[in-house]
Amino acid sequence: MINDSAVFWSRILTEVTLSFHIIYATIGVGVPILIMIAQWIGIKNNDEHYILMARRWARGFVITVAVGVVTGTVIGLQLSLLWPNFMQVAGQLIALPLFMETFAFFFEAIFLGIYLYTWDRFENQKKHMLLLIPVAIGASMSAVFITVLNAFMNAPQGFDIVDGQLINIQPLVAMFNPAMPTKVAHVLLTAYMTCAFLLASIAAYRLLRGSTHEYHKKSLYLLMKLGFIFAVATAIVGDFSGKYLAEYQPEKLAAAEWHFETAPNAPLVLFGVLDDGEVKYALKIPFALSILAHNNPTAEVIGLDQFPVDEHPPYYIHYLFDGMVMIGMFMVALSLIYLLALWRDWTFIQTKWFRWIVVAGGPLSVIAIELGWWLAEVGRQPWLLRGIMRTEQGATTSEYVDLMLILFSGLYFILAVGSILALQRMFKNNPIENEIARRKERDFV
Amino acid sequence: MSLELIGICVLWAFLFGYVIIASIDFGAGFYNAYSVLTNRSDVLSDVIKRYLSPVWEVTNVFLVFFFVGMVGFFPQTAFYYGTILLVPVSISLILLSIRGAYYAFESYGMAGHKGYATAYGLAGLLIPASFSVVFTISEGGFVEMVNNYPQLNYKALFTSPLTWSIVVLSIVAVLYISAVFLTWYAHKARDHKASNLMRKFALIWSAPLAISAVGIIIEFRGHNPFRFEKMVSVWWLFAISAILFFVTTWLLWMKRNYGMMVILLFSQFALAFFAYGISHYPYLLYPYLTIHDSFTNKEMAIALIIVFILGAALLIPSLILLFKLFVFNKDYVRGIHDEHV
Ligand code: HDD
Ligand code: HEM
Ligand code: HEM
Repeated sequence: MINDSAVFWSRILTEVTLSFHIIYATIGVGVPILIMIAQWIGIKNNDEHYILMARRWARGFVITVAVGVVTGTVIGLQLSLLWPNFMQVAGQLIALPLFMETFAFFFEAIFLGIYLYTWDRFENQKKHMLLLIPVAIGASMSAVFITVLNAFMNAPQGFDIVDGQLINIQPLVAMFNPAMPTKVAHVLLTAYMTCAFLLASIAAYRLLRGSTHEYHKKSLYLLMKLGFIFAVATAIVGDFSGKYLAEYQPEKLAAAEWHFETAPNAPLVLFGVLDDGEVKYALKIPFALSILAHNNPTAEVIGLDQFPVDEHPPYYIHYLFDGMVMIGMFMVALSLIYLLALWRDWTFIQTKWFRWIVVAGGPLSVIAIELGWWLAEVGRQPWLLRGIMRTEQGATTSEYVDLMLILFSGLYFILAVGSILALQRMFKNNPIENEIARRKERDFV
Repeated sequence: MSLELIGICVLWAFLFGYVIIASIDFGAGFYNAYSVLTNRSDVLSDVIKRYLSPVWEVTNVFLVFFFVGMVGFFPQTAFYYGTILLVPVSISLILLSIRGAYYAFESYGMAGHKGYATAYGLAGLLIPASFSVVFTISEGGFVEMVNNYPQLNYKALFTSPLTWSIVVLSIVAVLYISAVFLTWYAHKARDHKASNLMRKFALIWSAPLAISAVGIIIEFRGHNPFRFEKMVSVWWLFAISAILFFVTTWLLWMKRNYGMMVILLFSQFALAFFAYGISHYPYLLYPYLTIHDSFTNKEMAIALIIVFILGAALLIPSLILLFKLFVFNKDYVRGIHDEHV
């Protein structure tokens, strides 16, 4: 029994929930590491600015964590509410990383509570900083475990199906599937990268708004440096992800590249439109797809002709892929130019227009995260578990999914507005200049 | 002990953990709203905030642990409960999300506000009420199989007196647990005004608690005689729980030994909760789903249990540290330092 409207609305609701959760989750994964780095530099160089940086980021982090936690709880239960048939099967095969994830959450939540409420309690600042290590590990591990699960959906293994029965189940083999290494690495690095550029956006924005405080300059420099490192690593691992796809999910790569015929010397198609199966107005980079897929300009790349039409992913994922890669390249270039300019004393990086571009970098990175996930998930269609269960087979059969979509959309709207207002108020009422002045006063007394 | 029994015991223990910590949290929100509305927020708000702030995220993880573990150990529950609970659990989730997120927004970003405090307090009562419906459904009688898919009969559910008596019990229990706990916590904070006020609330709610608990047992008799008999077979556990309840209220009345009182409170609810759980055995959803036929495969079960043991070795010391720093630290509880980030 398949309830078509329930399938449709379940897909939309999953998409909305995950697209919303992923923004806050990404911040949850990346920001603890950045706080830790800032606090460490502050302690090492005895520079109060970096310590304040850590403290202010941590304050804002409380708000985003709150939204990350509640939306995560929502998606965790929605998996069973919207995809009960899928979870019944997946539970038997891949419950292990999901269960491990709850321990990562626990670990993170406990130490985050302690970290936030023991500022200045310890004589030795370093001890307080050490509390962040479990927070950062917990957050990154929760991303690792959930991504392992998602990797399994792309490359299921670790079991056999005989007469419709699941047998020979090996939970560890299921976890260490071929999609896992590149996926986990790419997800972690993009989270770190995005957080660095998001915080850099804020610093650049404060400078644009007329603050000349050294604090913002230090923070911008630190973040652009870190952002550059993470962006380069992201692009490298992204290249490996392409190679993974070429080997294990060629239909996803082919659809993302509009590569219809299996052929050697494959060019990389950028943008363009699809007109009756013809690619028009596209930018073609000769041999680039063969290089992306196999590191060899003449290698053969499998095209969509090898797959039945009803197993083709939607072709629009091409634009998602292009968008993600463009943003990735752009962020590498932007941060590199910034660092070179600082080194060579080029002053254009202090102009308004350049700072506006840096401000745009944060939101752009978030967009790249969204594009990347849509590429990965839509590109897996029509499968829920690739080759084993189609999306419509996993969905719920119950009524009222459309109504739930309306309710949850309202919820996300309220959460988005509330978190933005809370953050804005928090920092507007307490700009860095005031905070430094107050600390001076207190030390003086 | 069979693997499925180990699994369900672990999950039930975590659910109990959630019920207790969340009750304290939900009830505290209600009392806070009450004190704001009666312009006496100076009495309660401080103590409540100091307790809640560092632990609220941990509370939530207990819930997450329970439902993730449930799907792991008993994957078929995802099919049965996932299909029928779409609407009730979605409503609980929305309430839970708004309440949880706005707690953080308000504590760190925005100033206190009457309307907000009221909504927060009420949400805290609606959440247990809406979650409690899951227990009612598990008793059987509200689910039919249509084309091999379970379907919830909303009309039967909402017109059944059992549903409403469980809802009432859940709300009253939240208010009672929270009041008793906060009496002790405020006492430790040497905030005698707050402690006395909470003591009054605890005493007020003790009678309704006893009445609604007895009422439910009577309801059961009419609803499902089989389940009623199973409950009667563990009558002695319920009886000990009742005795502990009387000792707790007596200590409260006499203003004696609040530390012991809280321990007795937890034991009372633990006994009742486990007695209820034992009487439910082996059904997860009467009469369709038992812990035996819904259990996962052996490989996964063993892997999950190993992870649980390793995880517990990591968590228990961390939790102890958390409680030591915030619940059992005299200076913190009394609000001597303000060390918030
Ligand atoms: C800041 C975000 C960001 C940026 C700049 C990039 N990516 Fe990405 N990409 C992601 C964020 C992301 C992601 C959100 O993390 C995805 C979604 C699912 C996943 O595993 O990672 C992803 C998936 C993803 C996939 C699909 C993997 C799969 O479905 O299994 C490929 C092939 C690439 N990426 C390749 C690249 C390349 C060649 C990039 C060049 C710079 C690149 N990505 C930049
Ligand atoms: C836990 C395992 C996961 C499950 C069961 C799951 C399941 C699904 C399903 C069934 C869909 C609908 C497919 C469709 O709309 O055509 C979907 C889409 C989506 N998922 Fe996953 N997913 C999982 C992991 C993730 C993760 C970790 C993310 C990242 C945040 C993610 C992001 C998305 C997105 C953005 C979509 C929308 C795709 C679309 O437009 O259709 N998913 N997912
Ligand atoms: C199907 C996909 C997902 C599910 C079911 C899921 C589930 C959850 C749950 C239940 C929570 C709340 C935990 C708590 O109570 O503390 C949560 C929070 C979180 N999730 Fe997700 N999640 C998903 C996707 C992701 C992805 C793709 C990432 C990372 C890339 C991620 C990273 C996090 C982090 C770091 C938190 C902690 C909250 C924070 O620090 O902001 N999640 N998630």
